[in-house]
Amino acid sequence: MISARLRKTFPERPDSAPFSLELEFQAAAGVTVLFGPSGSGKTLTLDLIAGFVHPDDGRILLDDDILFDGAAGVSLPPQARNCGYVFQNYALFPHMTLRQNLEFAVERRPRLERHRRVNEMLERFRLGDAAGRRPHEVSGGQRQRCSIARALIGAPKLLLFDEPAQGLDAQLRSEFYEVLRQVRADFKTPMLLVTHDLDECFELGEEMLVLREGRLAQSGTPATILDQPANVDVARLLGVFNLIPAEIRALDPGRNTSKVQMGDHELDGPYFPGHFKGDRVTVCVRPERLSALERNGRPGANQIPAQLERAVEKPQWMRLEFAGGIAVDLARPDYERVRDTKDWVIEFPRESLRVL
Amino acid sequence: MQIDWFPLWLSLRVAFLSTAVALAVGLWLAYILANREFRGKEVLDAAVTLPLVLPPTVLGYYLLVLLAGNSPLGRLWENIFGSPLVFTWKAAVVAALLHALPLLVKSARAALESVDRSFERAARNLGASEWRLFWRVTLPLARRSILAAVALAFARSLGDFGVTLMVAGNIPGRTQTVAVAIYDAVEAGNTTLARTLVLVISAVALLILTLANRLNPR
Repeated sequence: MISARLRKTFPERPDSAPFSLELEFQAAAGVTVLFGPSGSGKTLTLDLIAGFVHPDDGRILLDDDILFDGAAGVSLPPQARNCGYVFQNYALFPHMTLRQNLEFAVERRPRLERHRRVNEMLERFRLGDAAGRRPHEVSGGQRQRCSIARALIGAPKLLLFDEPAQGLDAQLRSEFYEVLRQVRADFKTPMLLVTHDLDECFELGEEMLVLREGRLAQSGTPATILDQPANVDVARLLGVFNLIPAEIRALDPGRNTSKVQMGDHELDGPYFPGHFKGDRVTVCVRPERLSALERNGRPGANQIPAQLERAVEKPQWMRLEFAGGIAVDLARPDYERVRDTKDWVIEFPRESLRVL
Repeated sequence: MQIDWFPLWLSLRVAFLSTAVALAVGLWLAYILANREFRGKEVLDAAVTLPLVLPPTVLGYYLLVLLAGNSPLGRLWENIFGSPLVFTWKAAVVAALLHALPLLVKSARAALESVDRSFERAARNLGASEWRLFWRVTLPLARRSILAAVALAFARSLGDFGVTLMVAGNIPGRTQTVAVAIYDAVEAGNTTLARTLVLVISAVALLILTLANRLNPR
């Protein structure tokens, strides 16, 4: 269990804008992903926890150990923090074999224990055949597994991953996910994983922290965050929503209904707690929750006529982009049924509507 | 004609010793310059580099003042070793050191700083002390550049003339290095000796510099 309160400011420099990070979060066993665009302070957060960068103020507590306490003037050196760190480029020592890389991490332990641990890790991460080779002589997957093994061999209380799947091809990426799931199952270590890949958040993350400009924008499970982004900024960061300006015209908590005015059209939605009639809001709805059909006479309830601008092929679906910037994702078979349509309507299912 | 090879052996011995001392001191200085932040850091760097640009006479003068028998350092030396330092071959080592050290510090600092910081972070993260980090990670990774710097410093140590002449003098068979011997031979009209020594010392330097180039990872 890690709990951290961090503050770090970088003044403006000729080559960089000023930046400030102010963050408070906790993470228990399992994978917590730090999600955010580049420059949002994700890697800095890891570096503050690992002790590579000194926070201006705050407190980092790992289980019962105080790693850093600004008020009390406590700051453990990186050597004493007991955090495994998997670096973005792995940072395996190029002049050592994989075995030596692992040994380096347990050099202080008695010889027999050292031996046992190294062999155990080599076996667990299927590195036995490559143990005598140097990092540049082994495959990308072996390098990756070795870097995770090296981070784990000292029995850390926390594992930190800095964009571990960045720049990997699809094959290596899914191998990595597999390894990580195995590690999650076998070790009870909390893991913090930095990524700007939303798929990765869902693939790996039990908890998700959304960072924006050095602040925590939202936290929760990936599914709840995707279902209900906290605000327009978060929705934009996730990058998978239609965001349409609208006005709330009616709210009925009793019947769990609402009416939302979008342009010239009025849509039915669920009740939106915390909003008032007349609020100017942004309707937020994922493209795959919408459907697009052929217009049949008068548009039905929650249907808006729209002009198709283009259809884009995606690996698993078709994305239809309509005038006004509304995107609709259709499964291939659904698209085949409507592909010759000239006159479109977009249907907004009542329950799919979220307002921000 | 019988050629006296003593100057060559002396030069090699002087160069070897001054390079060894320069490596020990230079690595330490380079480590400090590359890793520590302190006031006057760039002044220290500049002071170490100074011998590269000052005229040999200035350096010789400084050394004479610093090491002569009546100076504190000179007296200290005499108390420890029982004989004065100046006008012995050991003074030639100090003279050569003055040229070897800047080269070594400059190159070693650059070499240490060029080691990817993520390796050092990784080592610290894995519990390595600063000492172990330096000897096991940073130094091995900077090894080739530092060896190249050592070769360069050695070659440069072979070539000093002015400072050596001022602090070690020109005593044939005792303090006469190759550079000084060549000057002597030319003055005395002994062209055979001069030519031979010139060719030999050039060949040795060329060999060492080629080695340095091959070592430098580029």
